[in-house]
Amino acid sequence: MHIVYPLVVSALLFSIGIYGVLARRNAILVLMSVELMLNAVNLNLVAFDVWFADRLHSGQVFTLFIIVIAAAELGVGLAIVLAVFRNRRSVEIDRLQDLAEPPGPGEEPEPDAAQELEETRS
Amino acid sequence: MTAAPAAIVGLPFLAALTGLLLGRKISPIPVAVIPTAIACALAIWVAAVGASGAGTLTLIRTGGIPIEVGLEVGPLSALIGVLVTVVALAVQIYSIGYLKGDPRYSSYAAFISLFTSAMLLVVYAADLLVLYVGWEIMGFCSYALVGHWWEDRANSRAAVKAFLVTRLGDVGFLFGIFVLGFAADSFRIADILAQVPQMSAVTLTVGALLLLAGVAGKSAQVPLHTWLPDAMAGPTPISALIHAATMVAAGVFIVARLHPVFLAAPIVLGTLAVMAVLGMLGAALAALAADDLKRVLAYSTVSQLAVMAAGLAVADSIRPAVFHLISHGAFKALLFLCAGAVIHTVGSNLMSDMGGLARALTVTFPAMTIGFMALAGLPIASGFFSKDAILATAEHTALGDGGAPVAPAIAWLVFAALLTTAALTAAYAGRAWLRTFFGERRTEHAVHEAPPTMRWPIVVLAVPALLLGFAGLAVPELRPELLSSVLGVAAAGLGLGVIYLVWRGDRALDPARLLGPLRPACERAFYVDELYAALFVRPVLAAARLTVAADHTVVDGAVRGSGRAAVSLAGLLRLLQRGNVQTYVTGVFAGVLLIVVGVVMLG
Repeated sequence: MHIVYPLVVSALLFSIGIYGVLARRNAILVLMSVELMLNAVNLNLVAFDVWFADRLHSGQVFTLFIIVIAAAELGVGLAIVLAVFRNRRSVEIDRLQDLAEPPGPGEEPEPDAAQELEETRS
Repeated sequence: MTAAPAAIVGLPFLAALTGLLLGRKISPIPVAVIPTAIACALAIWVAAVGASGAGTLTLIRTGGIPIEVGLEVGPLSALIGVLVTVVALAVQIYSIGYLKGDPRYSSYAAFISLFTSAMLLVVYAADLLVLYVGWEIMGFCSYALVGHWWEDRANSRAAVKAFLVTRLGDVGFLFGIFVLGFAADSFRIADILAQVPQMSAVTLTVGALLLLAGVAGKSAQVPLHTWLPDAMAGPTPISALIHAATMVAAGVFIVARLHPVFLAAPIVLGTLAVMAVLGMLGAALAALAADDLKRVLAYSTVSQLAVMAAGLAVADSIRPAVFHLISHGAFKALLFLCAGAVIHTVGSNLMSDMGGLARALTVTFPAMTIGFMALAGLPIASGFFSKDAILATAEHTALGDGGAPVAPAIAWLVFAALLTTAALTAAYAGRAWLRTFFGERRTEHAVHEAPPTMRWPIVVLAVPALLLGFAGLAVPELRPELLSSVLGVAAAGLGLGVIYLVWRGDRALDPARLLGPLRPACERAFYVDELYAALFVRPVLAAARLTVAADHTVVDGAVRGSGRAAVSLAGLLRLLQRGNVQTYVTGVFAGVLLIVVGVVMLG
C-alpha cells in the first residue's frame, strides 16, 4: 500500500480535529476533536514506521505512548469538564471567560460579539 | 549688663509660649499680665539707672559674616523699651475687660505677649539680623491680631493686606541690611555705625534707600501707607498697641537707631522728607473727612509718624523725633483706648452714631480730651512740646542754622508742611472731639462707663499724655522756642477755631463739609487704594487667574491626556483578550501555519 493513502486519511482526520477544536462550543466535543488530532498523528507514525521498515519499530512504540498519554489527558480533561459543569451547569467554553481582561474604568462591559454570532448561527 | 534686657525680652516670650501651649488649661489672665508687668518694671529700672552696654549670647558662624545674637542697651533703647512695656501692660489689662467672654482670648493675649517680646527684641537688638527677626515676628503678630475676628471676611482680608504691604517693604529692608552689613563686614549695629565714614556714598545711599522701604512699610509712610487704616479691623486694644504706639513706631525707631547712616546720605534724607510731607498732609486731610473714629485715629497715626520722619529728615539729632515718638506713643495709645471705651459703649465705630457722650462718660471724656489736646499740640499737653521741638529743628535747618544736610528748600517745605499739618491736626482732632462728645446723642444704646479693667489703663496713660512734655524741659534742645511755639499754637488755634465755627453753624451736620468738593477725594484717601488696585492688584489677580487656567489646561491636560492615551491604546490591545479560548487557539494555529509555510518557502 502506498504511503499516500494513510497520509491523506490522517490529514483529513487532523483537519476534522482542528475544525472541532476551533468551532465546537461543547467542551466534551472539543476534547473529542483533540483525540481525533492525536489519532491522526498516531496513524502517521504507524504508516511511516511501516514505510521505513524501522527495525526498532520506534513509530509503533511512540504510538503506544501517545495512546496512554491521551487516555490520561482525557481523564484529567473530563474531570475538569465535570467540575466546571457542576459549578456552572454549562460546559460551553465560549462562556468561560473569567480570565478575560475586565473592561476598563468607565467603560461599558462589551457584549460578546463572537457569542452572539454563534447563537444566531445555531 | 545684658541680663536685664534679656529678661525683659524673654519674659513676654515665655508668657506667649505658655499661653499658646496651655491656654485652655490654665487661667490666661495672670499669664498675660504678670510677665509683662515684671518686664515693664525691669525696663523702667534699666532706663532709670541709665545703664548702657552690650552683651553677646552666642555667635552664629555663617561662613561669611557671623551673626551675633546679642543685646545692647543705650539711652534710645532704654527709653523706647519703657514706652513699649508700659503701653503693652496697659493694653493687656485693658483687654481683660474689652475682650471679656471672647472664646479666643488666651491666644489673643499670647500673641500680644509675643508681639511685645518681638518689639523689645527690635529695641534691644545689637545685631541687625537679630533685629530683623523681631521685625518679622512683629509683622506676623500684627497679621494674626488684625485678623482676630476672622469670622468676618473683611477682617481677614485687612489682615492679609497689612501683612503683604508691610512684607513688600521688608524685602527692601532685608537687602538694606545686607548692603550695610557687607560694606561694614559686620552686622553689629555699633560696627556699622563706626564704619559709616569709610563707606562710599553709593553704598550708603543704596543701603539707606532700601532700609527706607522697610521703614515706609512698617511705619505706614506714603507709598505703603494703605494698610494702616484697614488694619483698624482688629480689636481696638491692638490698634492702640501695634498700630499706634509701638510697631508702626519701629520704622521711625530704625531711622533713629541708624541715623548716622541716613545723615551720610543726603539724597535719602531728602526722599524721606518729601515722603513725610506727602504723608502728613494727605493723611491729615483724610482724617478730616473719615467718619469711622478708629480710621480718623489711624490716619492721624500716619500723619504723626510722618511728622517724626520729617523730624529725623531735617535734624542732625534724633532727640526731637524720639521725643515726639514717645509722647505720641502715650497719647495715641490713650486715644485708642478711649475710642475703644466709646465704641464699647455705643456699639459702633462711626462718629455719626455717637455724639452727646460728654456727660455720660465721666472718665473717658476727660481722658480723651487730654489725648486730643496732645494730638492737636495745645500747650501743657505732651504733644505741644514734642511737636514744637520738631518744628523748631525744621526752622533752624531751613535758616541754615545747623541741622541735617538737606537742601534749604526741602527744609522750608517741611516747615510749611508741619505748620499746615498742625492746623489740620487741630481741625480733625476738634471735629472728632465735638462729633463724639457734644451735640445731640445719636445712639439708642444705654450709655454707661467702661468696666474698671478698661478705665484704669486709660487713667494711667492720661498722666504721661498730659505731663510727659515737661520731661523735655530737662534737655535744652527740646525746650519750646518762642517763634516756633507761637506759630504752632496759632496754626492749631486756627484749625480748631474754624472747625468750631463750622460745627456751631449746625450741630447735627459733620464739620467735614468744610472741605467742599475735596471731601469725596479725602474720604477715599485720595483714591490711592483704587490706584493700587488698578495698577497692581488687578494685574496680579489676572496673572494668577491666567496661571490657574494654564495649570488646568496645559499641565493637568498633559497628565490627563497621557492617561487617556494609555487607556485607549490599552483598549486596542484588550480586543485580543476577550476570554474566548477558541480565539486564542485559532491564533496559535494560524501562527504554526505561518511558521510552517515560512520554513517550507524559505528553507
